[in-house]
Amino acid sequence: MAEKILEINNLTVSFDGFKALNNLNFSMEPGELRVIIGPNGAGKTTFLDVITGKTKPTIGTVAFKGKDLRKFSEHQVALLGIGRKFQTPRIYLNLTTRENFEIACNRNKNIFSTLFAKIPSQEKQTIAGLLETVGLTAKADMKAALLSHGEKQRLEIGMLVAQSPDLLLVDEPVAGLTDEETENVGSLLLALAESHSIVVIEHDMEFVRQIAKQVTVLHEGTVLCEGNFEEVQNDPRVIEVYLGSQEEHE
Amino acid sequence: MLIVQGLLEGLFNGLSIGAVLLVAALGLAIVFGLMGVINMAHGEFMMLGAYTTFIVQNVFKTFGSPWSETYIIFALPVAFLLTAGFGILLERGVIRYLYGRPLETLLATWGVSLILQQFVRSVNWVLAIAIVIFSALFFGGLWFIAKRADYDRIKTLVWTIMLPLSAAISGAIGFVLAQTFKLTVTKPWFGAQNVDVTAPAWLRGGVRVFGTFQIPYARLFIIILTAACMAGIYLFLQKSKWGLRIRSVTQNRTMSSCLGIPTQQVDSLTFALGSGLAGIAGCAISLLGSVGPNTGQNYVVDTFMVVVVGGVGKLAGSVVAAIAIGTVNYFVGSGTIALLVQPIKPLADFFTFFATASMAKVMVFFLIISFLQFRPGGIFPQKGRTVDA
Amino acid sequence: MVINLGNRLKGKSKNNLLIEAGIVVGIALVLILIVPLLVQGFRLNMLGRFLALAIAALAIDLIWGYTGLLSLGHGVFFALGGYAIAMHLQLAPLAPGTLPEFMNLYGVTELPFFWQPFASFGFSAIAVLVIPLLLGAALGYLVFRNRIRGVYFSILTQAATIVFFNFFNGQQKLFNGTNGLTNYKTILGASVSEPQTQFVFYTLTIVFLAATYALCRWLTSGRFGKLLVAIRDDESRVRFSGYNPTGFKVVVFGISAALAGLSGAMFTIQTGLISPRAMDIAFSIEMVIWVAVGGRASLVGAILGALVVNFGKSLLSEQFPDIWLFFQGALFLIVVTVLPDGLIGWLRTEGMNLLDKIFGGKHIATYPSLEEDPEVQRERETLNK
Repeated sequence: MAEKILEINNLTVSFDGFKALNNLNFSMEPGELRVIIGPNGAGKTTFLDVITGKTKPTIGTVAFKGKDLRKFSEHQVALLGIGRKFQTPRIYLNLTTRENFEIACNRNKNIFSTLFAKIPSQEKQTIAGLLETVGLTAKADMKAALLSHGEKQRLEIGMLVAQSPDLLLVDEPVAGLTDEETENVGSLLLALAESHSIVVIEHDMEFVRQIAKQVTVLHEGTVLCEGNFEEVQNDPRVIEVYLGSQEEHE
Repeated sequence: MLIVQGLLEGLFNGLSIGAVLLVAALGLAIVFGLMGVINMAHGEFMMLGAYTTFIVQNVFKTFGSPWSETYIIFALPVAFLLTAGFGILLERGVIRYLYGRPLETLLATWGVSLILQQFVRSVNWVLAIAIVIFSALFFGGLWFIAKRADYDRIKTLVWTIMLPLSAAISGAIGFVLAQTFKLTVTKPWFGAQNVDVTAPAWLRGGVRVFGTFQIPYARLFIIILTAACMAGIYLFLQKSKWGLRIRSVTQNRTMSSCLGIPTQQVDSLTFALGSGLAGIAGCAISLLGSVGPNTGQNYVVDTFMVVVVGGVGKLAGSVVAAIAIGTVNYFVGSGTIALLVQPIKPLADFFTFFATASMAKVMVFFLIISFLQFRPGGIFPQKGRTVDA
Repeated sequence: MVINLGNRLKGKSKNNLLIEAGIVVGIALVLILIVPLLVQGFRLNMLGRFLALAIAALAIDLIWGYTGLLSLGHGVFFALGGYAIAMHLQLAPLAPGTLPEFMNLYGVTELPFFWQPFASFGFSAIAVLVIPLLLGAALGYLVFRNRIRGVYFSILTQAATIVFFNFFNGQQKLFNGTNGLTNYKTILGASVSEPQTQFVFYTLTIVFLAATYALCRWLTSGRFGKLLVAIRDDESRVRFSGYNPTGFKVVVFGISAALAGLSGAMFTIQTGLISPRAMDIAFSIEMVIWVAVGGRASLVGAILGALVVNFGKSLLSEQFPDIWLFFQGALFLIVVTVLPDGLIGWLRTEGMNLLDKIFGGKHIATYPSLEEDPEVQRERETLNK
């Protein structure tokens, strides 16, 4: 069996006694696309914080390709090959779309090569390709602040890809998007899933249905259940804590 | 015995300076927690509080005994209210326009602090009257014109006419006054020199504890005053309706505003409270030494350091930090430590090098920087995922 | 097609760069060759001093305008540069074994060890840059690595200013305390007070200013510069992109400190005095306001601001010495509230509109995104046809 790309054991994170994550176990195979759902306050964002090194585990371990992430800081984790997209798009508003990509795409992220090295033509081509993929070629030299919300979401996903990580963590990629844009992002993620491992956190059930193979439900800081979309949807515990209200509406 | 006495004295003096810092820092920390803004004019508010004490003292002197002995009791609320008033003015007039731009706020409040410093140096009857006339003309006029329906359209025009006009009229009146009454109106009230507040008789002297060691009443008074302020702030924040509102806006401004809390009023009130505390701290420093236009500058950086070391969000952090900075400053600066380690020659030399008030600050700064190496968020840092989101 | 466009763009930007370099050299030549014919003596010396201060303004702009670090302590680096060259000027005319005058006064019998290397001009010239650089980098490292930033960083730098002020002010035996180091006689054998020597200083200042401008221009364009802006706008996002912002901030803060040191040295040799007053908090914050007046994140703005504010200051404080602080305070308030983008920003927006108005051109206000959206632009062009 190949090494797990992400393996989390007995993870607990507490803030002044409040346990945001409580004895959580989780693992992922390389190349998997996993959707994580859970009601508000289930610890989804803290879960991503711990993987990316922003928050350190109080107890337990997080291992990426067998490496314990505890001793790495955020940028080192990013260099190991974990990319993250934030809940609200976080892009560099005062830079142009292209410059945003240039920063993400840089292969050699130390000070001196950033200062002295020219941008290699190979990277330029990658960037041009990415601009095409996310549909922002026309707006490549426009300040990112002037992009629409959907364009910002696409830009951030593009930046994530530009980093060429092995594991993508995507936090609510379709929040605030139109149905059509949601559809697009869905197919984009599915396309990416062919060459990357992806964790998606999402509330939008339609979207989850579109992309999900494996779903993990978080509740009060621990894994409530795991399985494919149908199984999870029919799990009585899940219905009770989360999907219950969803079902009633439908 | 001598060493014990020195230690106790140092501890007590340090404690009283720490107490002044604490009152001032509390005001700063509450405002910083709420609005993320550091008020560079905080020191000048302390100075204003000290000058208020000076004025109240002089007024009460003319009433004779027993009033001249109790002025300090009256000076405290007056200083609080006056600086709180300045605080509201500053918040309404400047800071609220800079919301979300903390670094620009630093610069703007620095400008205010320069103006206040120069103000106490050169304030005289002419200046005071001119300012009153200008405000009456300009703001009165604005208030009057703002009622017109087409105010928004003619706003720029009104400003360009009103501002120079009111300035010219008040300037002219000031000039005429100065020419007619000469020195009676042009003599500065305080001037650039330091002024002295004499503590009332019952605050002079001290309690003798043993030997020659005594606790000065003035310093005791300051410590008690600080304790009272702490208790007052604590009760206000924890028990009162507005205290609850302040705490809620501190935690989540948007949510509070959605729940119908008037965040603008909360801002003003908090700023007034913080500034008022600076006024009280000013009262206290007037008991420790003479007061000048630069008084605020001498204290304010230490006050900032209390906020940095204490961390925001918890009053306890400010308390520990203020006392620590106050006492360490005093112990090093007075040479008590150098005396203590006398047997070890190089160590004694080292501490003697730092044994002046200004060199002690050098050492304290390096201690703070080293402290921040392992506690960057201060003594009681905020935790949770809201931080640095 | 895309590649073609890219090449054309590159060619265009190369041309622009050449034009810019030409303008810089042109202005420098005018300042060096023509201005001295028009103004002499005191006024020229003043211009030289203000141009030296403009170097410090560029240093501030680099960290504040581009990287978002508001330093209220650049006076320290400025003064260190000044002291480094002043110490050399104290020692230069002395015979070996003798001491600067003030040391005799305070009863110092032996030259302190750290004074000794300053007898060499080369060492001093390097120290002007390297001492502030190392100090800035060290302080920056200690602060940035703990992710202390924003207002916290600013008030820490302010505290550092007080600390250095106290230190230099208190050490009479080492640095002549409050009086500072003054009364310079010779440098490299030339008499400091000679007009010719002063003219060399003036020329050097302009050369250094142009070089500083070029350096800052290089640093702020390209990927490094974009990264600085990225750090300013969203530092933690930069971390998740795989960069360690600490290193970048340390480097840029160190460079900025070195430039402030250079500015201090050039200012000192033209003023003839360096004292702890240069480490006054007020002076450090004044530097920031030069940049704010000129326009943040604009290098031309920083230089312009330094010149405008200082000439204004010398005019006003000559006329109204008593109430100069009122003006200064008001300047802080006005710039921050009314002119957040400084003179350059104002020229770019309102100034243009004003010109349009005066010359009768029509200007229709739209959303800024419409102005830049290429699709809208294309539509507009086709409509006009």
